[in-house]
Amino acid sequence: MALSLIKPVRRANIQGMDAFAITVEHLVKSFGPIRAVDDVSFAVATGSTTAMLGGNGAGKTTTLSMLLGLLLPSSGAIRVLGEDMVRHRYRVLPRLNFSSPYVDLPHRLTVRENLTVYGHLYGIAKLAGRIAELTADLDLGEVIDRPVGKLSAGQKARVALAKAMLNRPELLLLDEPTASLDPDTADWVRSFLTEYQRQCGATILLASHNMTEVERMCDAVLMMKQGRIVDQGSPAALIERFGRSTLEEVFLDIARDRNKPAEAAQ
Amino acid sequence: MTQLSFRRVGALLLRHLYIMRGSWPRLLEMAYWPAVNMVVWGFTSQFFAGHSDWVAKAGGILIGAVLLWDVMFRGNLGVALSFMEEMWSRNLGHLSVSPLRPIELVAGLVAMSLIRTLIGVLPAMALAIPLYQYSIFELGPALITFWANLMVSGWAIGLAVSAMVLRFGLGVESLAWVMVFAVAPLAGIYYPIETLPVWLQPVAWALPPAHVFDGMRTLMQTGLFDWSRLLQAVGLNLLYVAAAAALFLRTHHVARQRGLLLNVGE
Repeated sequence: MALSLIKPVRRANIQGMDAFAITVEHLVKSFGPIRAVDDVSFAVATGSTTAMLGGNGAGKTTTLSMLLGLLLPSSGAIRVLGEDMVRHRYRVLPRLNFSSPYVDLPHRLTVRENLTVYGHLYGIAKLAGRIAELTADLDLGEVIDRPVGKLSAGQKARVALAKAMLNRPELLLLDEPTASLDPDTADWVRSFLTEYQRQCGATILLASHNMTEVERMCDAVLMMKQGRIVDQGSPAALIERFGRSTLEEVFLDIARDRNKPAEAAQ
Repeated sequence: MTQLSFRRVGALLLRHLYIMRGSWPRLLEMAYWPAVNMVVWGFTSQFFAGHSDWVAKAGGILIGAVLLWDVMFRGNLGVALSFMEEMWSRNLGHLSVSPLRPIELVAGLVAMSLIRTLIGVLPAMALAIPLYQYSIFELGPALITFWANLMVSGWAIGLAVSAMVLRFGLGVESLAWVMVFAVAPLAGIYYPIETLPVWLQPVAWALPPAHVFDGMRTLMQTGLFDWSRLLQAVGLNLLYVAAAAALFLRTHHVARQRGLLLNVGE
């Protein structure tokens, strides 16, 4: 996929940045007696694509929400793009973006109106030109002046990506980026993200249930269960460690508490 | 010190203006209710003018009251409905991870309230001139002071309602109508505060609209502008609107602790 209009404007900045775009230390989030995230520590290398995997209730969305500053941690430290996310989130927010199928853009506004509003919120220079670039890159020409509420799931996913790309984010946080998409559209989205990451050197952290997607896109995987990180590594390393042939089998092993790495090694 | 960006506040305004532009029934509805209210009270006023010395002494006293009451009512709705629009459209998550700060959200809501109130109330004020030969604009500069005070009172209630909706969800959205009407009997819109039971009068005088409506009646009946009423209204308004803004910002913080910014929607 050729994204000729996505300019790698941030590459120089990224090379001068920390080795890790995200560092999390002893992160805890409790809701009453329930520990949704339980003493989690990890780091995401700058320029990498990392996945958080885990079943429902594993703590992926809660962790993502804390990384975005939408949710305050009960304890622990989060640094995003070199800044303390709890104390200085407004220094970081213009440099990152987010997409989730569970958070909508206003349905009554057209695609162009939505992108215009968010473009102004992010302070995008030459906004009309930027919207034209994204319209071309994400093939939005036919729907650009249609209300978002009247689009198909696939079209909405492309619009959500356009919104997430408006500020050419150094860090992209994605919650289930291909949920509810048909295989063709899902494949298109993955190709787009991979190409963006390759061209711009951006860091991507995604939460997903799609193992094929993770194997294809990600350099690293954080396996979560019951609010904890129970394993991590590259997809290939995890598959080898568990003695399995696919990441999905590794996921099932972890979810069902069977065939732990030590046992697999025996 | 939090920096307020007029660009981001403007972006929020643009989002709501796009909705208005795309829906003429909404625009019509904004002007419809104040106009109907004014027509009903206009006829009532004409009837009482022939049967009541109090009304006859100051032509238009009831029409003036209903028009100014609508300023406060629409001021409240302008804030609360604009905020709930973000929740109905499940857009709060995107706004909350954009660089828009909570104080800018508040500024955007009150600015939108001013626009909605102007659209709603100005046509009714203009319509009263040919229908009842009553022009509220003859109050001159005093009208601006009455309008501004009632608008700010409406903002205070709207912000408090928005805080409640953010904290408890859309199940309490009817507070947008309930809370402002709870104030109405104590505001002395159509009658002097002395009409209320003696024990209730101090409560009424603790509310800014009681001073505004009393000041309006004094001006219309005697031609004198009561500066002490204005100063008391301004002082009380500053107190209430500051408290309501603080409540909204505090609730926003609590929403980040409890994860309420993502879990909203229709």
